Amino acid sequence: MAAIEERLSAVEQSGKGAETPFRRFMSDFLDSRVATAALVTLAAIVLLAVLAPLYVPQNPYDLAQVDVLDARLPPGSKSYQGYTFWLGTDGAGRDLFSAILYGLRISLSVGVMSGFIALVIGSAVGLVAAYAGGRTENFIMRVVDIQLSFPAILIALMLLAVFGKGVDKIMIALVTVQWAYYARTVRGSALVEGGKEYVEAARCLGLSHARILFRHILPNCMAPLIVVGTVQTAHAIALEATLSFLGVGLPQTEPSLGLLISNGFEYMLSGRYWISFFPGVALLITIVSINLVGDQLRDVLNPRLQR
Amino acid sequence: MTAFMIRRLLQSAAVVFVMSVIVFFGVNVVGDPVDMLINPEADQEDIENAIKALGLDRPIGEQYLHFAKNALTGNLGKSFIFGEPALMLILQRMPATMELAFAALMMAIFLGIPLGLYAGLKPESPVSRTVMASSILGFSLPTFWVGLMMIMVFAVILGWLPSTGRGETATFLGITSSLFTLNGLSHILMPALNLALLKISLVIRITRAGTREAIHQDYIKFARAKGLSQRRVIFVHLLKNILIPVVTVLGLEFGNLVAFSVVTETIFAWPGMGKLLIDSIQQLDRPVIVAYLIIIVLLFVLLNLIVDILYSILDPRVRLGEKR
Repeated sequence: MAAIEERLSAVEQSGKGAETPFRRFMSDFLDSRVATAALVTLAAIVLLAVLAPLYVPQNPYDLAQVDVLDARLPPGSKSYQGYTFWLGTDGAGRDLFSAILYGLRISLSVGVMSGFIALVIGSAVGLVAAYAGGRTENFIMRVVDIQLSFPAILIALMLLAVFGKGVDKIMIALVTVQWAYYARTVRGSALVEGGKEYVEAARCLGLSHARILFRHILPNCMAPLIVVGTVQTAHAIALEATLSFLGVGLPQTEPSLGLLISNGFEYMLSGRYWISFFPGVALLITIVSINLVGDQLRDVLNPRLQR
Repeated sequence: MTAFMIRRLLQSAAVVFVMSVIVFFGVNVVGDPVDMLINPEADQEDIENAIKALGLDRPIGEQYLHFAKNALTGNLGKSFIFGEPALMLILQRMPATMELAFAALMMAIFLGIPLGLYAGLKPESPVSRTVMASSILGFSLPTFWVGLMMIMVFAVILGWLPSTGRGETATFLGITSSLFTLNGLSHILMPALNLALLKISLVIRITRAGTREAIHQDYIKFARAKGLSQRRVIFVHLLKNILIPVVTVLGLEFGNLVAFSVVTETIFAWPGMGKLLIDSIQQLDRPVIVAYLIIIVLLFVLLNLIVDILYSILDPRVRLGEKR
């Protein structure tokens, strides 16, 4: 995400140059107003989350700054320190606005990190399968097929039921759930790329297998990988929230958005909706904007739809 | 066909074996099996007796065989909390889960297909656009949060529907279900809709895509040219053909509904096996966890096997693809 932002600004700064592939890609992407809005929203969310400690009124996990007397205040109430709880407070008296932004940091980092690890492992396995062929390929793809025949949430639940909760455990669960999607995607495009002339040329030059795989074939499989990566990251964030909500994901010391929603559940029946409502809205906006960006990426990067 | 089925059966057996090894090692090697399988409140003598009885003092290979033998004979230990055999507990809760998944499936069919058909026939109408936009939302909304909001609106603010439990059940044709009483129906409405939301969106999209494709096919043009009524063309000629992919996907998604019911059951306090799993994890009731995992793996392997075999009967290309 940040990389795209950087390159975006680089393109803007370089003024009106020649049409580069990236420039064409950006202009295609910005064609859709919805996708542009989603991209801007997503960038804003990431920025807000990363910079949260600099501007939120309260560090919600510093006990010195939290007053239990402020607990369960509706949105708009004043705190004893004089600032306003725009989104109300939760059961422990934490400012929800601050808690949501801190939660967003955890949700985003767990989702993005596990997505990235799954991408690395999955693409390596997929590449090897496509390049090796024969029995190795059959075996790997059979494992992928079997795993994908089980719902992701089920596999994650099984792992967490056995291992218990924790940041490392949920990352393991998310990676285990996701690697197969990447493996399947990369293998599919690597099979197509592997038959092309430039790979043959690289072979004739006597380059090593590893070099052909990672320097020649992999870069040409990037387009579908990016699309799957965006969608899978949204899935990972939603799945982590669900598992944390169920109480099998992150521990209370790492309050992601799912945990905030879960903590508000007990106050729901007495009409204190805001404790669950606002973290859910934050989660929803994040997931929807990632999905919309992913949708547009798919259209733009799909060569069959190239205008 | 026979070769295909034998290969699939062998594969299923292999999956069950691998899963049992994972569950076994997860419980016995990663964690401390004494903690995992014996009630922590037992005294020292009981603990030693239990270690002997469970065979935890023997080598690991032997332990696995012991575990497999017990699992095959349905002996998966007793629940710490309920004091009943874990397997019995799971099986008692299974009908409630199946009922919920079934109700959700019905909703997906009877809401999804008409809406998808309408959106496919009149893609430009504002209603269709709204339907499609909401189906995108249906994909992105976190299920558990939607469930909470439903409780908030329909149970807390409006007070129309009960938010927890299964309500009254009645027995009809030997099946006990809350689908047969008015009170039970009011209880199942929200959880089933919550569970069905994702599937409704899915069915809408498949039906719409199928309709838009089929509408330009020759057989539809021919049916129109024959002078058949619009209604007959749509409900007989068109619907029959777009139902095939919809039914296939729904068959595959049934297992998914069972898995996702863990979330819905937890929110709506629905007394199914998913809620039992979450409760057991929270109360460290490990025999129940192990029993749940084994049952659910068997259930899924069986479901996948049935879908695969049905598919190969319906579509011969699947079998040919195997021989490659």
